[in-house]
Amino acid sequence: MKSLKHLAHKPWEKKGIIGGLKPEGVFDTAAEKVALGFFLVVATVLFSLFTVSYFIRMELPDWRPLAEPAQLWLNTGLLVLSSALFQLARNKVKRGESRNVFTLYLAGGVFAFLFIGGQLMVWGGLQEAGVYLTPNPAASFYYLLTGVHAVHLLGGLWVWSKTSIRLLSGSEPKDVRLSIELCTLYWHFLLVVWLVMFAILSNT
Amino acid sequence: MAYVPLADQELELHHPHSWVTKYVWSQDHKVIAIQYGGTAIAVGLVALVLSLFMRMQLGFPETFDLIDPNSYYQSVTMHGMIMVIYLLTALFLGGFGNYLIPLMCGARDMVFPFMNMLSYWVYLVSVIILLASFFVSGGPTGAGWTLYPPQTSMAGTPGHDMGIVLMLVSLAVFIVAFTMGGLNYVVTVLQYRCRGLTMMRLPLAVWGIFVATVLGLFAFPALLVAAIMMLFDTLIGTSFFMPAVIESGAALDYDGGSPILFQHLFWFFGHPEVYIVALPAFGLVSDVLSTHARKNIFGYRMMVWAIIAIGLLSFIVWAHHMYVSGMHPYFGFFFATTTLIIAVPTALKVYNWVLTLWEGDIRMNAPMYFAIGFIFTFIHGGLTGLFLGNVVIDLPLSDTYFVVAHFHMVMGVSPILVLFAALYHWFPKMSGRMYHEGMAKLHFWCTFLGTYAIYLPMHYLGIHGVPRRYYALGTTEFMAPATQDANTAITIAALFVGASQLLFFINVIWSLRYGEKSGPNPWGANSLEWQTPDTPPIHGNWGDSLPTVYRWAYDYSVPGAHEDFIPQNTPESEEPTVDEEHFDPDHDVSKADL
Repeated sequence: MKSLKHLAHKPWEKKGIIGGLKPEGVFDTAAEKVALGFFLVVATVLFSLFTVSYFIRMELPDWRPLAEPAQLWLNTGLLVLSSALFQLARNKVKRGESRNVFTLYLAGGVFAFLFIGGQLMVWGGLQEAGVYLTPNPAASFYYLLTGVHAVHLLGGLWVWSKTSIRLLSGSEPKDVRLSIELCTLYWHFLLVVWLVMFAILSNT
Repeated sequence: MAYVPLADQELELHHPHSWVTKYVWSQDHKVIAIQYGGTAIAVGLVALVLSLFMRMQLGFPETFDLIDPNSYYQSVTMHGMIMVIYLLTALFLGGFGNYLIPLMCGARDMVFPFMNMLSYWVYLVSVIILLASFFVSGGPTGAGWTLYPPQTSMAGTPGHDMGIVLMLVSLAVFIVAFTMGGLNYVVTVLQYRCRGLTMMRLPLAVWGIFVATVLGLFAFPALLVAAIMMLFDTLIGTSFFMPAVIESGAALDYDGGSPILFQHLFWFFGHPEVYIVALPAFGLVSDVLSTHARKNIFGYRMMVWAIIAIGLLSFIVWAHHMYVSGMHPYFGFFFATTTLIIAVPTALKVYNWVLTLWEGDIRMNAPMYFAIGFIFTFIHGGLTGLFLGNVVIDLPLSDTYFVVAHFHMVMGVSPILVLFAALYHWFPKMSGRMYHEGMAKLHFWCTFLGTYAIYLPMHYLGIHGVPRRYYALGTTEFMAPATQDANTAITIAALFVGASQLLFFINVIWSLRYGEKSGPNPWGANSLEWQTPDTPPIHGNWGDSLPTVYRWAYDYSVPGAHEDFIPQNTPESEEPTVDEEHFDPDHDVSKADL
């Protein structure tokens, strides 16, 4: 609402410096966080449009619902764990502690890899059961949605690996605090996306 | 408003150490802007030549042997896609966005310079992939720039195998490039403005580019989703969009896909795309008009609100492109209504531009010619948009030349006129030299009158029912015999306009070498980019310290002031006091905002 109030300003009336001694941003946070925030909105639009397409396509007569394998519950658990470990690492680094931060952060990424491995196993299982990308559109969507989600996770893991290398090569956790915070936020977002996706896939 | 410690030293600049890092792998926003601009104009010339091939065929059928029916459709497709995305989007946002945002915001560079550099190189890759489709078996796709399935993948459509794949991959790569650049533009505007520069003190050029970038960030995912799903349909044989279809008597493997779903996704991107191009044009032209009319922009706040309102509304009008695809009448009613509503803030902007000119001390130089020309073509194209926004009028006109005329006036000629206005206006800052005024004015008249000679008759052709998308019209009873004469005249005008663009290139090349030195602020403009210590600005833009802003960007012809402009970084103490004896409050143009 504050921003809306600014839009009512009459800039031709007031001369002189507005604000403090330093340049000012709209958001009281690091530029990287603002950028990630925008990116998450962009990704939300992307996943929402996939979901809308899913629901529209579902209405057509050749749709045959898919029975999702039970392993997806296990995979979900792995991603929840991954997200939780990132959160713990973030909490510690925010409190200024450095003990176990690297371990927690590393473990968070490893569990994300395990999640992707689990997803690949599900893909393999589906193929063994004769469920391929074609002709059933429900299967096409399953592969597509989980694939796009995994690609986003891999993007996060690339950033995670860069930060991990910095930590391995002796950087203090406080030096990479921003990266840890950004990764944590991103992981939570991808967890929420997965939970929504899982709920939709399981119930349709 | 929150205060973030963005001290001058905090943005680490990547200083170039060699020619390669300075001009090739450059992280300087100005070099990246010129790279973007150069590439966009180069690929735009390819699209221009394609359009001339089409016009030669239409104007002089069976005279030239330049293109056959297949290459006609390939030319239609590539011309449309290149012009809309690879030229206009890239030049407005990648070119002008990159050049102007940090300078107008009083920043040293974009907030993420490395990602900015990456954005350009990924964009270049997308252009190369697109152009590569000219050289693969079957050539580029000829499915029309909207790429509607199922025809994109049918054997009768040229480029249905590799052409369409390269087009879709190129679009996906472009979207990645745009997202990297777009995040930079948005965050720079939000977080990296210099001291004293509030959002409501930003020049309208920045507002236009900013809101257009936000639209792009939220609209391009729809195109990405459509492109990915269509790639699956084309390469793997899924049926997201492809319905059960019989080709040459044999049923294809597709079954049950929804072509209408593709149309919804495409136009959910496609309509905001119109404003991704238009909003930066609105912003840039506002600054050009205000500067050369020596008057503050009329209704600054309204202009900002209108930009935001148009941006929001642009997401709920997309299905007006799909009336002929068939839809529930209430659905059509809704989209017709929203389409007409979006005309309100748009018209408000037009009124404000005209009122900015009212009683201004207008300097009729080349940027002003192009800016005023834009007002004409935009009103023209906008009004025909109101015709087409109504379902009952759209249905008979949709497949005729009326639509071609409408969107070329509103989305082709109008933004291009603004581009030229902006290029001439900011050329002295970019190069340090003035362009040749006479050549620029000749360029304007050739372009302005020439494009009217092209598109005005097209409206009449459309109302007569002459269909678009036809390789050859042949002879039919419903078309008047003069149709062909009109087409011939249009082609001659198109060739003239195409050739007259050489004036621009000759002018640029000549001026870079022989142009008069411009000095830092030849127009007497207020916004920050004209206040840099060096012209052209060097890496880091601002010398030792960032500027501080004390006022908005439109203090022109302030009563009592010694000069007719007061730059944004002029403190109050240096502002000339009002000469009471000669000050007439009834003619105080500085308070013209209503």
